Amino acid sequence: MSDSIGKVKAQKVTLKGKFELECGQSFNDIELVYETYGVLNADATNAILICHALSGNHHAAGKYENEEKPGWWDSLIGPGKAVDTNKFFVVCPNNIGGCHGSLGPNSINHDTGDYYGPDFPIITVRDWVNSQAKLSDLLGIEKWHAVMGGSLGGMQALEWSYLYPRRIKKAGIIAAAPKLSAQNIAFNEVARQAILNDPDFEGGRYLDKNKYPKQGLKLARMVGHITYLSEEAMRSKFGRELKKEKLNFGYDAEFEIESYLRYQGDVFSESFDANTYLLMTKILDYFDPASNFEGKLVSAFESIEAQLLVVSFSTDWRFAPERSKEIVNALIEAKKNVSYLEIDSPHGHDSFLFANEDYVKGLSAFLEN
Amino acid sequence: MNTIEVIKNWIDKESEVLDLGCGDGEIINILSKEWGSRVLGVEINQDDINKCIHSGLNVIHQNIDEGLGNFSDNSFDVVIMSQTIQVLREPKKALQEVTRIGNESIVTIPNFGYWTTRINLLLSGKMPVTGTLPNTWHDTDNIHLCTIKDFENLCSECGINIREKCFFNKFGKESVLAKVVPNLFATTAMYKISK
Repeated sequence: MSDSIGKVKAQKVTLKGKFELECGQSFNDIELVYETYGVLNADATNAILICHALSGNHHAAGKYENEEKPGWWDSLIGPGKAVDTNKFFVVCPNNIGGCHGSLGPNSINHDTGDYYGPDFPIITVRDWVNSQAKLSDLLGIEKWHAVMGGSLGGMQALEWSYLYPRRIKKAGIIAAAPKLSAQNIAFNEVARQAILNDPDFEGGRYLDKNKYPKQGLKLARMVGHITYLSEEAMRSKFGRELKKEKLNFGYDAEFEIESYLRYQGDVFSESFDANTYLLMTKILDYFDPASNFEGKLVSAFESIEAQLLVVSFSTDWRFAPERSKEIVNALIEAKKNVSYLEIDSPHGHDSFLFANEDYVKGLSAFLEN
Repeated sequence: MNTIEVIKNWIDKESEVLDLGCGDGEIINILSKEWGSRVLGVEINQDDINKCIHSGLNVIHQNIDEGLGNFSDNSFDVVIMSQTIQVLREPKKALQEVTRIGNESIVTIPNFGYWTTRINLLLSGKMPVTGTLPNTWHDTDNIHLCTIKDFENLCSECGINIREKCFFNKFGKESVLAKVVPNLFATTAMYKISK
């Protein structure tokens, strides 16, 4: 039966040595926080790597002491769940550039003694995957049973499959795209402009000046949040419901959707770093595996050995099913082992976070076959 | 021989096989395990897809009626379409697509000309409900039923060559009667076709 993993704690590790980034810069020693659930078997063949998306972190499942809210993928990770922690050893790191304990813009740059802030180099999906491979070495995992994630997390799983073909048995690429569309980038740019133009942004040095671009980050999140929901989900959840009985002819939050978005923006802006948000949107924009192969995705996938499962959701318009099919069709053409599932779900892009029955069955069949 | 044995007879070992409307993956599972085929299924039913995935088979969630343009010309050695063409909106187009994608194709149809079906219709005056066609006319997925003659006519109309054919009785086996007068005595017909 499905149950919660219970109380969890984060762990910290230092990846020693020089770490070269795709942009040409490098780090010395990288601190990464991560969580694990379940038990690694003796021959280390039951490990699953979970990659988080734009606003995610290492807290994927279970609850912290004294906290009510479980991890972001608690619906799918736990005993008897889609990612069954009775069978699998699950690892979820906070990626470099994050703001929840791993090396990121809100870390101190030991060379200068100041926060990295805007000087933090632009990271790529490839850099993340390379850092995750180093983490695998430290954990004694030569080959992952599976690497999986939703959205930007799915892009990391995809990158794993062709970058480290021998180190991954399966890849779960969920609600992802082979690259961002102009519309995707446009939404990211609006989010960035909201942050960059907040007077408290201070050119990214807000931490040094004891300020915080809360309004900018809030706005960025509000725009982002709209793209995570489907029109259908918004209509059924909020419709044109008013907070009060009648219109008050003003600019306060009158409709429920306004108040919901403001609330989401507020909560998010209090727990996330603005520089990290900027960085994450850039990582998304830059992801384009075909770009090194004259735009040919099929060629980018040549080295893949893993079995892949691509999953999309019917009402996702941020990374619509058509975008997943681009990945699938290139994999078919490259004669790779791929399965594709299109799940009927009303929750838009956020669908990947919900334990939809078909989705759960598909995932567990894939992980356990 | 039964259908799967005939299919094995008709295709080389280790061929690349696409099964359109693969159901729970029965055919491709056998071909993959016993014939060394590299297989891919296409299916629309979620439960069947999960069964395929559970068996470790590659399967694509796709509605054949919405097109097969994502599969390029001659990209598979063999394309199988078993007991599927009769549920499609455009059987003729599907047949053309099957022969475009596969170097060779194997298509299986339920034969509406089978004698009990004919008698059923003749005597009762109602659309036949039989063992192979168990649903009533308004409740059936089989919207484009045909007889063996009809199917062979469609092939020739489309310029498709019938390389091999095999007829099965209601027990899914080849029989003398089904072989001699197939349109009357075969419940199922299987064809190996190509452009």
